[in-house]
Amino acid sequence: MIRKTIFAGFGGQGVLMMGYIYAHAVMNEGYHVTYLPSYGVEVRGGTANCTVAVSDEEIASPIASEPDYLVVMNKPSLYTYQNRLAPQGSIFLNSSIIDTKPTRKDVNIHDVPVGEMAGRLGNPRVQNIVMMGSFIKKTGLITPESFLKGLKQILGEKKKSAMEINRKAFAAGYNLEI
Amino acid sequence: MQGNRVIGEAAIRAGCRFYAGYPITPQNELTEYMADNMRRAKNGTFIQAESEIAAINMVLGAAAAGARAMTSSSSPGISLKQEGISSLAADELPAVIVNIMRGGPGLGNILPSQGDYFQATRGGGHGDYRTIVLAPASVQELADLTMDAFDLADRYRNPVLILADGMMGQMSEPVEFSEPAPRQYPESYVLNGRGKGKSRFIRGLILDAIRMEEHNWKLYRKYQVITQKEVRFETFWTDDAEILIVAYGTAARIAKGAIKRSREMGIPVGLIRPITLWPFPMEVIRSFAERVDNFLVFEMNTGQMVEDVQLALGGIGKVQFYGRPGGVIPTPAELAKVIAHHARKK
Repeated sequence: MIRKTIFAGFGGQGVLMMGYIYAHAVMNEGYHVTYLPSYGVEVRGGTANCTVAVSDEEIASPIASEPDYLVVMNKPSLYTYQNRLAPQGSIFLNSSIIDTKPTRKDVNIHDVPVGEMAGRLGNPRVQNIVMMGSFIKKTGLITPESFLKGLKQILGEKKKSAMEINRKAFAAGYNLEI
Repeated sequence: MQGNRVIGEAAIRAGCRFYAGYPITPQNELTEYMADNMRRAKNGTFIQAESEIAAINMVLGAAAAGARAMTSSSSPGISLKQEGISSLAADELPAVIVNIMRGGPGLGNILPSQGDYFQATRGGGHGDYRTIVLAPASVQELADLTMDAFDLADRYRNPVLILADGMMGQMSEPVEFSEPAPRQYPESYVLNGRGKGKSRFIRGLILDAIRMEEHNWKLYRKYQVITQKEVRFETFWTDDAEILIVAYGTAARIAKGAIKRSREMGIPVGLIRPITLWPFPMEVIRSFAERVDNFLVFEMNTGQMVEDVQLALGGIGKVQFYGRPGGVIPTPAELAKVIAHHARKK
């Protein structure tokens, strides 16, 4: 089994953080995992992406030429990556700001209005965690508890207070019917 | 944990107490990690130098004064350090130099590449010398080989180069740090004041021809010992292989993926992965040639290590090459196609 996911969006949307927490969580469950960020001249407002590969055996390449899952937080990322997605793969789409439909017809599309949902929670910064709630539910590879444990490890002791809002954001995404 | 940071953590755990560097992508997180973490090491020193050249010469000074010292850079920066590396070899000083390779020549780009094989394994700087070159293929191996690099540098009083690429540096994987062995480095090599003992000196400038020749032969004998004792490699699925891939670092990882695919199609292919690029596993490759006559060298360049494989085989067997330079990372599927093509041609 190998599952590759590309997370992509604007710099500042927490795209790398999504992948890094996910990688951490699957590591805790004993999988082989690689996390590879884009490391070019990205700046806030520019584009950012990362690839997470999860497998029950050694991972040859951390690059996804044909990812199983695509998490897109902005429109340019949808255009860039949708054609790479494996047939029957899944796109998780930030429907709050992506106003077009994917052209691919052979894949599953999950619209997640992360902007509105994070807005209702009173903190636009947790949009990425809302998205991860839906992602973890639909992909089913790890439990929500594992993800939250990974999140806690990444946030660390210093940001304990941030945990509560992130937990709510994750639950909102997890419980969303998509 | 990210590869670059893992190198930093492994170095500190191994007792590295002096780091000097100058920023360059894709190894910046290593410099950053040292800036953040060297302070928690007792007597640790971090210096962001004014240039790569300054950094390597600071490392030379720290090594002479008895510190476990390290510097890091990426391809163009490593070129700048060559004079210092040559001096470390001449002065017989231990130091660890990390090269997180990027596309070249010139400033090239910042993507993963294996273009610096020749520079790394042929000494790189001027003069008749060698550096031990370690080529990790996973984040775990970055940790293990970084610790080993300090021990090897001390044991042979010679610079050790860790040769990885942007993918190794940027990628995160799970890692466990082993317990480092206590340092064994004789006080008599350290320039910290002779006290009442014999004068100590370190010298790379030897104007007398006969004495310089003696020094060259002394270094040569040391390199012979390293060649005999320190070769490291991994074999993968070689037992019944009729085609052998030779690849290192990132390319070797991709090769493993390609081999799995090829095996599913019934192609008997295996891998020899040199872990030390110098000393190169010449004997190992030669011994495989008694059974296998079909070699495919795969590198992320236009063909560098392939010359060592040819040298090892000395004209026996067929050596083919497949390479992608410039920061392109081929997929296991792509390499599997090359293997299939290669198998048919046979």
